[in-house]
Amino acid sequence: MSTTERELKARLEIMGGLGAEDEAGLNPARMSLRNLDFFYGATQALKGINLDFPDRQVTGLIGPSGCGKSTLLRVLNRMYDLYPGQRATGEVLMDGENIIAPDVDLNDLRSRVGMVFQKPTPFPMSIYDNIAFGVKLHERLGKSAMDERVEWSLTRAALWGEVKDRLSASAMGLSGGQQQRLCIARTIAVRPEVILLDEPTSALDPISTLKVEELMDELKQDFTIAIVTHNLQQAARCADQVAFFYLGELIEVGTAARMFTAPKVQRTQEYITGRFG
Amino acid sequence: MSDVAATRPGIRAKGRSSSVGDTIFAALTRTAGVFVLVLLGAIIVVLFIGGWPAFRAFGPAFLTSTAWNPVTHRFGAVVAVYGTIVTSVLALILAVPLSFGIAFYLTELAPGWVRRPVGTAIELLAAIPSIIYGMWGFFVIVPFMAQYIQPWLIDTLGDVPVIGALFQGPPFGTGIFTAALILAIMIIPFIAATMRDVFLTVPAVYKESAYGVGCTTWEVMRSIVVPYTRVSVVGGIMLGLGRALGETMAVTFVIGNTNRITTSLFGPGNTIASLVALEFPESENGSLKLASLLALGFLLFVISFIVLAISRLMLRPRLSA
Repeated sequence: MSTTERELKARLEIMGGLGAEDEAGLNPARMSLRNLDFFYGATQALKGINLDFPDRQVTGLIGPSGCGKSTLLRVLNRMYDLYPGQRATGEVLMDGENIIAPDVDLNDLRSRVGMVFQKPTPFPMSIYDNIAFGVKLHERLGKSAMDERVEWSLTRAALWGEVKDRLSASAMGLSGGQQQRLCIARTIAVRPEVILLDEPTSALDPISTLKVEELMDELKQDFTIAIVTHNLQQAARCADQVAFFYLGELIEVGTAARMFTAPKVQRTQEYITGRFG
Repeated sequence: MSDVAATRPGIRAKGRSSSVGDTIFAALTRTAGVFVLVLLGAIIVVLFIGGWPAFRAFGPAFLTSTAWNPVTHRFGAVVAVYGTIVTSVLALILAVPLSFGIAFYLTELAPGWVRRPVGTAIELLAAIPSIIYGMWGFFVIVPFMAQYIQPWLIDTLGDVPVIGALFQGPPFGTGIFTAALILAIMIIPFIAATMRDVFLTVPAVYKESAYGVGCTTWEVMRSIVVPYTRVSVVGGIMLGLGRALGETMAVTFVIGNTNRITTSLFGPGNTIASLVALEFPESENGSLKLASLLALGFLLFVISFIVLAISRLMLRPRLSA
C-alpha cells in the first residue's frame, strides 16, 4: 500500500517537530537504525526504518500482524542470517559499529544482543545447565563463579526461589511461565547489552504474564529492551518508547505516554483505539 | 451411543443401512492385519521345525561349535554368526559417521538448491539392487582394495601393537573388511535419510534460541539437535544394522566364503546369509546339513527381529515434542 498523502504530511510534521517535548524522558540511543530495508527474497518486509532504541529503557514495537515488527527483532541479532534469501540493507548502529555489515562476528553479536521467543524454549538439559550453557560459550568460569552467575541470573529473572532446590532437575519439567523466565535468565546470564523479546507472554497465563512484565521493569535498569507485543495494554504498561509499524513502515514513534494519549498520525490512532488490526 | 440413537432415530436408521458395509470392510481389513501376524509366526515356526534336527543332534554345541563339515556331518553356527555380527558392526562403524555428516550437511549447511538433489540421490542409493552392489564390489572394489588400500594398511598399521593383528595376511581384496565396506555403502542411505528426517523435526525456534545465546552451528548440533533426537538417531542406526545383518548377495560376492575365524580384517569369512545362499542348493532333502542351514536361518531371524524391534521402539514418536 502506498502511504496516503495525508499521512505523509503528518509524518513530515512529526519529523520536523520531534522536539524536546516528545523525547522527554528518553535516554540517548543504545542502538540506532538508519534507512533499514529488509527483504524475504523479492518481498520487501521493512521499508526505510529509522529508529533509536534508548539506552536502558523499554521500546515497545506494536502493529497488526505481518507489519514487520518481529522481522525487525530478527534483524537486530542477525537471526535472519540463518536463512538463505533473507537480507538487510542500511545501517544498524551499536557502539558506532554497523552490526549488519558482513564482517561482524555473529556469535559475539548474539552474546551482546540476546533474544527471548514467543514460546518458551528450554534446552533438553538441567535447569543449571540451561543457564551455564550460554555462559560457557563466551567465558571460562570456575565452578563457584559459574554457581554465582547461575544464581544471579535466576534471581534477576525472579525464578531463583522457585528452582533453587532442584537446579539439577530437567528444565522440561517446569511450568510454561517458569520456562519462559528460565529463558530470560538464560539470556541475561550471558550479560548482553540489549534484550529482544518477541511476544514473550503470548503463550503464558495472566499471572505469569504479570511476573514477566514486572521483571522487564527490573531488567531495564541494566539492559536495553525491545519488545514486540500484540497486547497494547502491555505496551502501555511496560514501554518507555512505542513504535507503531504498518505494512513494513514505521508510521509513528514517541514516548509511550504520548503515543497512547495523543497520537499524531490517524492510522496510529485507529490502531490503538482498536478500529483495525 | 445408545442415548444418541434413542434421541435421534434418524441417525440410527441411516447408520444401520451402512453398517453392513462397515462390518464387511472391518472384517476384511482385520483379516489382512491378522494375516501378516500369522505369516510372521508361520515363518518362525517353519524355520524352527526345519532346524530342529540340527538343534537336537548338536544341542547347545551348535551355538558354540566352529565346525562346518558336510563330510563328517559336523555343523556349528559360530563362524557364520561371528562373520555376520563383525561385518555388520564394522559396517556401522564406517557408515554412522558418514551418515551423520551427510545429514548434518543437508539439514544445517547445504544451500537450498543442493538439499533436494543430494537428498534424492541418497534415497536412490537405497533403490540399487544388492546384486548390483555385489558385482560392483567384486569387479571394482575388490581389485582396488587388493592393489592399493589393503597393502597400504598392512604396511602402515600391520606393525602397530595390538591393533596390528587386525591388518595382517595377504591382500586378496576380498574378506571381512571389504564386505563391511560394501555393507556400509548399502546402509548409508537408510541411516542418513533417517537422521536427516529426525534432525528436521527439531523446532526451528529451539535452534534459534541456541544461536541466540551465541552458539556456532556445531554447538547447536551437539548441544541441541543431537540430544533432542538421540533416541530416534539410534533407532535409525538400528534400522541400518537390521539391513546389514540380513544382506546376502553383495556380501557373498566379496567376503571370501571360508568357514574360518581370522583375527585379520582382511581374512575371508562367512555370514549366515551368504552361507545359506551358497550351501542351500547343495543340500539334500532331510539331511542334517539342510537342518543346520534352517537352524542358522532361525538364528538370523531372531537376531534381526530383536534389532528391528529395538529400532521400532526407539523410532516411535515421542510424546513431548
